Amino acid sequence: MSSKIKSLKYNGKWDFSPSIESIEDISLKKEYQLFINGQFQKPISKKYFPSINPSNEQQLTKIAHAESKDVDLAVNSARNAFNGHWGKLPAKERAKYIYRIARIIQEKSKELAIVETLDGGKPIRESRDIDIPLAAAHFFYYAGWADKLQYAFPNRTPKPLGVVGQIIPWNFPLMMAAWKIAPALATGNTVVLKPAETTSITALLLAEIIQQAELPPGVVNIITGDGSTGELIVNHPDVNKIAFTGSTKVGKSIMQSISSTTKRSTMELGGKAANIIFEDAPLDQAVEGVINGIYFNQGHVCCAGSRLFVQESVYELVLRKLKDRMQSLVVGNPLDKNTDIGAINSKEQLSTINKYIDLGVKEGADIFQLNCELPNGGYWCPPTLFTNVSQSHSIANEEIFGPVLAVQTFRTTQEVINKANNTPFGLSAGVWTDKGSKAFNLASKLKAGVIWANTYNKFDPTSPFGGYKESGHGREGGLHGLSPYLNLE
Amino acid sequence: MKLHLKTKVDKLGIDDRVSRITKRSLKSEAKFQGLKMILSMIDLTTLEGMDTTKSVEQLCYKATHLHKELPDLPNVAAVCVYPNMVKTASNFLKDCEVKVASVATAFPSGNSSIEVKIQETNEAISNGADEIDMVISRGKFHSGEYNYVFDEIATIKESCGNHARLKVILETGELGDYDHIRLASEIAIKAGADFIKTSTGKIKSAATLPITLVMLEAIKDHYYTTGKMVGMKPAGGISNSKLALQYLLLVKETLGNLWLDKHWFRFGASSLANDVLMQILKQKTGFYQSNNYFSKD
Repeated sequence: MSSKIKSLKYNGKWDFSPSIESIEDISLKKEYQLFINGQFQKPISKKYFPSINPSNEQQLTKIAHAESKDVDLAVNSARNAFNGHWGKLPAKERAKYIYRIARIIQEKSKELAIVETLDGGKPIRESRDIDIPLAAAHFFYYAGWADKLQYAFPNRTPKPLGVVGQIIPWNFPLMMAAWKIAPALATGNTVVLKPAETTSITALLLAEIIQQAELPPGVVNIITGDGSTGELIVNHPDVNKIAFTGSTKVGKSIMQSISSTTKRSTMELGGKAANIIFEDAPLDQAVEGVINGIYFNQGHVCCAGSRLFVQESVYELVLRKLKDRMQSLVVGNPLDKNTDIGAINSKEQLSTINKYIDLGVKEGADIFQLNCELPNGGYWCPPTLFTNVSQSHSIANEEIFGPVLAVQTFRTTQEVINKANNTPFGLSAGVWTDKGSKAFNLASKLKAGVIWANTYNKFDPTSPFGGYKESGHGREGGLHGLSPYLNLE
Repeated sequence: MKLHLKTKVDKLGIDDRVSRITKRSLKSEAKFQGLKMILSMIDLTTLEGMDTTKSVEQLCYKATHLHKELPDLPNVAAVCVYPNMVKTASNFLKDCEVKVASVATAFPSGNSSIEVKIQETNEAISNGADEIDMVISRGKFHSGEYNYVFDEIATIKESCGNHARLKVILETGELGDYDHIRLASEIAIKAGADFIKTSTGKIKSAATLPITLVMLEAIKDHYYTTGKMVGMKPAGGISNSKLALQYLLLVKETLGNLWLDKHWFRFGASSLANDVLMQILKQKTGFYQSNNYFSKD
């Protein structure tokens, strides 16, 4: 049947000329220090690690490696700030600082976008149009809540928790920092934040912004390092809460470490989202949603729509449309304004993705990859999809965190609900149908924290985000994102 | 492959896709090529009550002599005129490859009998029209008389036979939402349209990028199910190069290589050509010239 559907061709005629974002105005420091108590400080060990550009493997700068004594300093400074000036500040004064941070992010948005792309490999289109604007929006949004907490939680007395330790991933470096810091400050806490070791630079630029905003010393401390630094924060006795975004594996070990303490936690972990296309869906828009769902940010997205379920009656057509649409994706230099798929964030991640692609082939699924030229040097993976996939394939039930889609079919609504929920994860899902009642029915049956109907990967600071099951607990964003940072008496 | 009937269109999804495509960046060679392609795809149009043989001849001259400093530029695809000007235009253009397109079927309202419409079409063709731009009966469409609309298009198509290619104007500004536009596109395509076209240019609401995307998707689905190509012509309100390039990007990313050709994609426009010429000269020389250097016929 599929052979009867003619395919279309999208390359080799009127191809794009290079349109590279200029990096002339960007100057990175030779090395970046730890941001503790409002100052940039060298790590006590004097140890640094390189931060490289994943699109060409060139070293961008060196990042300080925080060890035990540095973590102590950071936590102590956060504690002093909490017990001192910050804890006594009227809420509307807190809000002013947060607004100020938001405005400076907007002013520096171009620089931040370029650095985000250099350091993380994501297309400039995404850092420019999504990451940085959303980071600013998050600060704006939570600034507004700071003096309205009593209204958010009527008949309660919302009180901050104290010092919160925040550990964030490498997929949306600045945006994740914003998601963590903004609600923590709005609720009156102080922060020790650690960015991922492959993408520390924009967090440190945020530290500069925080300095420029004259946030009182110690309210936000940003320390860098690898997993061992994160562990030190998690296990520090004077930290009241851990907010973590990252893999389910690390999330579980954090939960174990804090299980015998009074530390609170929010966990935003892995996902294996089902994106479901019904036969009555607007198919072209659904296909576009599938593309955005899995290939956005090279698939380095915890809520990526990595499992596609298509109703059998439209399967051949949807697959044809999907493969044709893949052809018009531009893979290459992340600084090119036309790039859709940038570099894979790190060598380690690329080998994880390749391991799963090999596994998919080995387990008998059919592979389809975009036939495109990949740049020399750097870490690259062409957009990939697998068909002839069943629920038991590794590519259908483990998180890959790369541009790899597993396509399955279904016949009835009940069948797809069962299959979609048949996963240890439950972060997000997408439903494509023209019928409102069907969308609402699915939304109530799918065990996922976020369910998009006729769209995918839409983010907004007013909307809570978080998971069911092994995708974590607690919510970020919206009014719901306040309570994990509050004692509600 | 069975027909996917009653295809749905999601407005927000269409708007999102358009906004993503319009963020594409066209530089240097790609921009230059795009501009040249636009020129070759223009249906240079004059549809005024005050058109005269002289004014039509002047337009035809322009169609074949776009700019004297740039002799290697392509000509426009066609000139588009009222039926009573077809003879003038076809005489003027008989030795060159610029086509003569004629509006027909009681353009722009379409409110006339089928007999009159057939008569008008036949006359335009016998006077030398290579292409017929007909309008659909929007009143009938809104009354749900889809078969009437279909039959009317099929009848005019029969008149066109092998002599003229048929462009079917949906007048999208009068159709309401995107689902209607999609349905009208499918009716026109299945009734035998060689091209589907957005607008007459005679009402305020003319071609837009999202509407064009909806129609391109209908064309794509027809190709998937039958293997047959149908052309697309947005018309009205496309007066500058930047916007025209965005339309072309829409074609590139929706239908791909095959449609990047004047045989399958046209712009219905009157003032676009001059702006494109101005941009091409800018690409070549690095300077913008005054618009007084471009003929205003």
